[in-house]
Amino acid sequence: MSLTNDYIKQRLTDKFGEAVSQVEETFGMLNFTVPKDLNLKVMQFLYDDEELQFRFLTDLTAVHYPDRKGEELAVVYHLYNFAQRVRLRMKVYTSVEDPRVFTATRLFEAANWMERETYDFFGVNFVGHPNLKRILNVDEMDYFPMRKEFPLEDQTRIDKDDEMFGRGGHIGI
Amino acid sequence: MARPVQYNTKVKTVEIPEGYSGEGFFATSFDKAIGLARKNSIWPLPFATSCCGIEFMATMASTYDLARFGAERMAFTPRQCDLLMVMGTISKKMGPVLRQVYLQMAEPRWVMAVGACASSGGVFDTYSVLQGIDQVIPVDVYVPGCPPRPEAIIDGFMRIQDLIGQESLRRRHSDKYKELLNSYGIQ
Repeated sequence: MSLTNDYIKQRLTDKFGEAVSQVEETFGMLNFTVPKDLNLKVMQFLYDDEELQFRFLTDLTAVHYPDRKGEELAVVYHLYNFAQRVRLRMKVYTSVEDPRVFTATRLFEAANWMERETYDFFGVNFVGHPNLKRILNVDEMDYFPMRKEFPLEDQTRIDKDDEMFGRGGHIGI
Repeated sequence: MARPVQYNTKVKTVEIPEGYSGEGFFATSFDKAIGLARKNSIWPLPFATSCCGIEFMATMASTYDLARFGAERMAFTPRQCDLLMVMGTISKKMGPVLRQVYLQMAEPRWVMAVGACASSGGVFDTYSVLQGIDQVIPVDVYVPGCPPRPEAIIDGFMRIQDLIGQESLRRRHSDKYKELLNSYGIQ
């Protein structure tokens, strides 16, 4: 028996109805969006179901869409079924003002560091995470660098030594 | 009779420093004698983080052979080394680590920034990269290039040798040197 995208889609709609939206297939991979309150319930269902068996979290990251008012941040979960070798992608949207999303660490241990990274770069606040602090950047950093909020070249930076580039100027040390 | 086979006939020796010589003695200043000894027995500490480190490996290998300059002995403990060679991109998170390595070195110590990234941040004009290691530690010689060829690294090394050979023995106790270290917050 092979697990088809149509079947997964059918099971999800039977279980969650209208909550599962924007269902589409890209390059043979199923994509769908769920409300952010339901992210754990949907993942638990995909995990526990004897036929679906999505028991591996391949990747967890975020995307910033500055133009989508009220749902600027998309948290993306890549799930994998080892037995059937089927992948799917689940998205959860949240506003940038209140970027709270339930943590997946109870379900997948692997989510721990991936959520820390997502917090580090996008500032998604994973509610219930055991240790939500910066993982890659310096601890003193007070912004989220992967958000599309910054000009490509920041003219106000003071740590760039222009003298090295023949542009004159000097930074005081 | 001359020996039929002779090896190492082209042994190069360093020049004798300026001084007074006479029958059975030679006198010169401590500065010159110690400078001569130091500059030809540098122990480098390679701090290699990226592609410049690969060029450095070529510099150490047989073709370019940095050992010709008395730098045979790489040590991977800062406490035994004289020359910190920083090769590669240093991220802001790595900054305190590099600084700690520098602080663990005993005086006299020298620092060489190899490549564009170590000297100025290079192409990585971004939030996570230190824009030149001279923001955290004082640097004696900068080697340009992305990455510099082994010849350039050797040239930088010879500049370091010149600096060491000419350095006054009192320099490390001078107010100017202390002021330099203080400007980096090093006591």
